[in-house]
Amino acid sequence: MKIGKQTIKLENTPKILQTSSMVGPKEKQGPLSIYFDLDTKDIFLGEKSFEKAESKMLELCILNLLKKSSTKAEDVDYIFAGDLLNQCISSGYCMRNLGIPFFGLYGACSTFCESLTLASLFVNANYAQKVVAATSSHFCSAERQFRMPLEHGNQKSPTAQCTVTAAGSAIVVPKDFSISGPYITYVTPGKVVDYNITDMTNMGSAMVPAVYNTLATHLQDTGRTPDYYDAIVTGDLGVLGSEIIVDLFKKDGINLQGIHADCGALIYNHDMQDTHCGGSGCGCMASVFSGYFFEQLKTKKMNKILIIATGALMSTLSSQQGESIPGIAHAVAIENEA
Amino acid sequence: MDIFIEYLKVFVVGGLICVIGQILIDKTKITPARILVLFLTMGVILTAIGIYKPIVDFGGAGATVPISGFGYSLATGVMKEVDNVGFLGIFTGGIKATAAGISAAIVFGFLASLFAKPTIK
Amino acid sequence: MNTNINMTNQEYSDYVDKKAKNSPIIKNVALAFLVGGIICMIGQLITDIFKNFGFSKDDTAIITSISLIFLGAFLTSINLYSKIGKFAGAGSIIPITGFSNSVVAPAIEFKTEGYILGLGANMFKIAGPVLVYGISSSVAVGFIYWLIKLFM
Repeated sequence: MKIGKQTIKLENTPKILQTSSMVGPKEKQGPLSIYFDLDTKDIFLGEKSFEKAESKMLELCILNLLKKSSTKAEDVDYIFAGDLLNQCISSGYCMRNLGIPFFGLYGACSTFCESLTLASLFVNANYAQKVVAATSSHFCSAERQFRMPLEHGNQKSPTAQCTVTAAGSAIVVPKDFSISGPYITYVTPGKVVDYNITDMTNMGSAMVPAVYNTLATHLQDTGRTPDYYDAIVTGDLGVLGSEIIVDLFKKDGINLQGIHADCGALIYNHDMQDTHCGGSGCGCMASVFSGYFFEQLKTKKMNKILIIATGALMSTLSSQQGESIPGIAHAVAIENEA
Repeated sequence: MDIFIEYLKVFVVGGLICVIGQILIDKTKITPARILVLFLTMGVILTAIGIYKPIVDFGGAGATVPISGFGYSLATGVMKEVDNVGFLGIFTGGIKATAAGISAAIVFGFLASLFAKPTIK
Repeated sequence: MNTNINMTNQEYSDYVDKKAKNSPIIKNVALAFLVGGIICMIGQLITDIFKNFGFSKDDTAIITSISLIFLGAFLTSINLYSKIGKFAGAGSIIPITGFSNSVVAPAIEFKTEGYILGLGANMFKIAGPVLVYGISSSVAVGFIYWLIKLFM
């Protein structure tokens, strides 16, 4: 049921049965290390190209999800998945082995919440019993598509974020499913918001206005205040973007300090790993939510969280044509009590 | 002692040219690809109007090793060739003077790619 | 309640610039100076060595640039040049070794798309513009020089 301007209340409160995450070597060295299910030391994962490696990582992550939730691939009704590569090849090629009806999504780094939103809507409407949401990103495949070849000797701007090598997935089931799990209660799909930031090395700041819009709308639509949630988790504004979003809400009299967390800022140890403003990419929120935050919900250390995945919807072409960076953010409210 | 001063000159001139590039990168967000084009073209123009030659005489490799020195070779090459063969030299002089560098880059690039694999920094 | 941030595009852009951490420019400049200077000294050393062997001035210039380009290509292929670049910035981009790096790096990376359309087509992805504008400007200089000679 739609409430307010753009929020949907899921009256049948589907739940997240299980999650799975897989990360690369650099993410494994980060502070969230122990929360990830799988990791790889080989950035090629035994494949010939980085694109194939990313595809394989997503596949391993989804297979692990099926194993953890004791589900057979043929029992999954639909899968929503996406990644950063042109034509979403990581997801597309991964699905060719799984044989699950597939919707490919592109929302840049916002894809995880986009796929989780759609998965929960399918289950809420009773069109499906088991729906998977999954996303991935790979540092090397993203770097060659969006930036410079890996071996090119250049310096990164201090505001730059580093695409994470990671995949995450979640399986959504109806409320009455026998095993317990946190419920998805509200989703707030976001609008595209552009404040004319053109610097490709400062994407966190370019996405902040979209987060502001989605979060403010969500709070208005649901009548909640930020402190209703144990955590409001954005992904991936990075260190600078996080600072800006907290500051902007503070200016408008809303306190996010202590409630707000950002996946891009959490995943690395910035001083030691030289990751500047933190992580980014579809796989960042996917792995951090699937690894860390889902665990917090399961163990009831947190009971109510709002995850807001944020995407920068530019391409190298639009950037070369002088276009600014439009941002988008989708919010999903996940709570232990329906 | 002479040799020490000579190398100091090379070091200072080469270092300063790179410093100009670094300041441009940090202060203006010009990308490295644009920096290369800018420095090369500046090298060609400064040579043509007679400013770069004295820098090369003073700094030696400090002025010829940076990419602006590549521009210096292009410009001196083309002018020399115009002197020698006339009009057609306009088209042959620049590349002729830099042919070794370009060929070397292509060949070594090809050879390197045969056995090298990219990794994360 | 207004759900957008209460700023114009310009105000937001200025605000972000104020918040953003600047590049550590003093450190960057010092490292660029040091590494750039050292690479040039290596060039001078190669030149002097071959001059001692009795090669002509033009030949030593050619040998020096080939040697430095080899050095850049070699360091790139053993995954070292990108590490130097991260540390030295313009100090390793601007010397001719950096030109070599900008040719070799895409060659290594695009090999996965095949030798013709991958390696062959992408080798000059970064350095291509350098050749386009370098050669064009040399032709322009040559033409102007020819004209001047014609009338003087």
